[in-house]
Amino acid sequence: MTPGDAPDYLSGRTSLGSWLGTLDHKRIALMYLFSITGFFAIGAAAAAAMRTALLFPAGDLIVSDLYNRLFTLHGVVMVWFFLIPAVPNVLGNFVLPLMIGARDLAFPRLNLASWYLFMAGGLLVLISIAFGGVDTGWTFYTPYSSTYSNGQVMAMATGVFIAGFSSIATGLNFIVTIHRMRAPGLLWFRLPLFVWSLYSTSIILVLATPVLAVTLLLMALERVFGVGVFDPRIGGDPLLFQHLFWFYSHPAVYIMILPGMGVVSEIVSCFSRKPVFGYRVMAFATLTIATLGFMVWGHHMFVSSESVYAGVVFSLLSFLVSVPSAVKVLNWTATLHRGHIKLDTPLLYALGFMGLFTVGGLTGLCLATLAVDVHVHGTYFVVAHFHYVMVGGMVMAYLGGIHYWWPKISGRLYHEWAARIAAVVIFAGFNLTFFPQFVLGYLGMPRRYSTYPEQFHALNIMSTAGATVLAVGYIMPLVYLTWSFFRGPLAGPNPWGAPGLEWQTPSPPAQHNFEVIPVVTTGPYLYPDNASADPAS
Amino acid sequence: MRPDPAAIPPSAPAENLTDHLGMWAFLATEVLFFGGMFVAYTLYRSVYPEAFRFGAQTMEFGLGTINTAVLLTSSFLMACADRLLPTRRRAWTHACFAGTILLGVTFLAIKAFEYHSKVTHHLVPGPGFQNHSGVPTLQLFFVLYFAMTGLHAAHMVAGLGVITWVWRRYAKASDPAQAASPVAIGGLYWHFVDCVWVFLYPLFYLAGR
Repeated sequence: MTPGDAPDYLSGRTSLGSWLGTLDHKRIALMYLFSITGFFAIGAAAAAAMRTALLFPAGDLIVSDLYNRLFTLHGVVMVWFFLIPAVPNVLGNFVLPLMIGARDLAFPRLNLASWYLFMAGGLLVLISIAFGGVDTGWTFYTPYSSTYSNGQVMAMATGVFIAGFSSIATGLNFIVTIHRMRAPGLLWFRLPLFVWSLYSTSIILVLATPVLAVTLLLMALERVFGVGVFDPRIGGDPLLFQHLFWFYSHPAVYIMILPGMGVVSEIVSCFSRKPVFGYRVMAFATLTIATLGFMVWGHHMFVSSESVYAGVVFSLLSFLVSVPSAVKVLNWTATLHRGHIKLDTPLLYALGFMGLFTVGGLTGLCLATLAVDVHVHGTYFVVAHFHYVMVGGMVMAYLGGIHYWWPKISGRLYHEWAARIAAVVIFAGFNLTFFPQFVLGYLGMPRRYSTYPEQFHALNIMSTAGATVLAVGYIMPLVYLTWSFFRGPLAGPNPWGAPGLEWQTPSPPAQHNFEVIPVVTTGPYLYPDNASADPAS
Repeated sequence: MRPDPAAIPPSAPAENLTDHLGMWAFLATEVLFFGGMFVAYTLYRSVYPEAFRFGAQTMEFGLGTINTAVLLTSSFLMACADRLLPTRRRAWTHACFAGTILLGVTFLAIKAFEYHSKVTHHLVPGPGFQNHSGVPTLQLFFVLYFAMTGLHAAHMVAGLGVITWVWRRYAKASDPAQAASPVAIGGLYWHFVDCVWVFLYPLFYLAGR
């Protein structure tokens, strides 16, 4: 498989200990892949239980208390143990050093430590679920979480706190790696856009996550000592908790979407065989989204007695985010224009991302509008909106990226038609699940309730039916990718004919990636018919 | 890029820059970590100025001031250790490390004494809190005091561990230059913890004075 005598990263030492103690970014990426797939299954199971219960208006299947615990579980697990680590820690970990011509991340031991922190946090969350779960919602709003909730709040919040430090470790590692370990000649404006997106994401991880940590710490102190900074009985303000929480959690939304945008840029370029249109603008749009992301948290609190003036400012700033986001969608479209388009699986996912993210983004504008938000706040409209961005956007991008880099990761090809069908099934199932929720929300169905009036029955049945289709779509890749890993035909180093440095290594890459560190003289998207594509020139 | 380990000795400046950047990024995280608490302080002090004025009067002003001097001196000795390291005056360098740690421990001891006096005066937030001030939100001041100085003290303990570790690196190194980078980076962390106290001291001891 590999030229020369260096064994690839999968063979060589294969004992369990050699994996658990590995410092190889590629192996750590695979460990993340397994872990987050497990967490995704747990989060998805909670969603499946909720959708099943919502088949009936009376909510006979699941009592309210259990329903509260299910949506908390779903939110906590999906946000912190799937969406945030998915692209950075799996795909980023695997391809970042390969893309920049490095032999590993800057701090390989810190990288392994981040996985252990992640697993420790995840274990605590699972323990809290096993001992009854939490009913606060993933936002842990005080004073309910700190005073009244009888769930396992401490264990779950501690789990999230620890997982946060795993995020910080990864972000720090990526920032230093991108600054210090680029191959000779790999100027900033020759970096693939995926690297730009990881860089922007890492800045958010490093600057926002600690605020979540201190917020949860203050909440936990209040719970333990019975008195704290958010405690209204001594003059504390619960609204402060919301401000601090969303100061992290809104930027966290961009932690979840920016890496996905980077993946889409790589895929669109590769499968239309053209450089990404407006490369520099794309790079700056990524940084702009990351920066603006820190200034819009107040739009989660329009109805939380925030002042009208604050509301107007946050509303305007939220509108601004749509500019760089739209620039990205338009540039991907321009990249496709007159390209030699090949509708392979990764591109199907990328196209799905573009469509669904656009719907999610445009409905975000509705929610950023103060008056409309007052109407739909706390309804399924919001649920549908962020699922269009998080699931329709991020999960599509993640799956697209998994398929795109799969030959590099496993050294093998997957069954193309099975994969194409799965992509279409997921797209269809997703829309059937979440489009009715826009309608439900607009008609006034509140989120987080296990019962609803009879008039919403038909739309809820549609949504649950869609969730079933979606589940089938998610199981399909699990099956054919597992098959491919062991039995798939060998891929060769560069099955897509892509120009990135990661495709110049054998598949799977050798343990130290590059025999000789490459010297870079061109831009990232040099396809044969675009011989002069160097955005750095 | 990370240089080929075979080609370049491990203490090459490129490697040091990488490690330094890592520490600076971590310190950025730490600033935001404390930042959440500083936001809470700012909010409540602007809403309840009376509570903070009265709270500051209950602080042991002398002890807080001595502690500030102790910690600044500790940081100074750490900087001295960093500067003395390349001069090969080993005894002096060791003395600086020892002084850094000794003063750090002194700070924690004085802090513990202050905490103890708050306990005896029933000023620890919770059911046992006795408020004789007539300012109903006084407890909030003490919640912030214990949370912020407590988090700072936890960082001090971690910092003492870091200093001990880099001191050991220095003591074991055959060539002191090998320890230059860890000492400088460990020192950065210690100075950061020091800086946090430079903000905490006026906020809690000098407010309304």
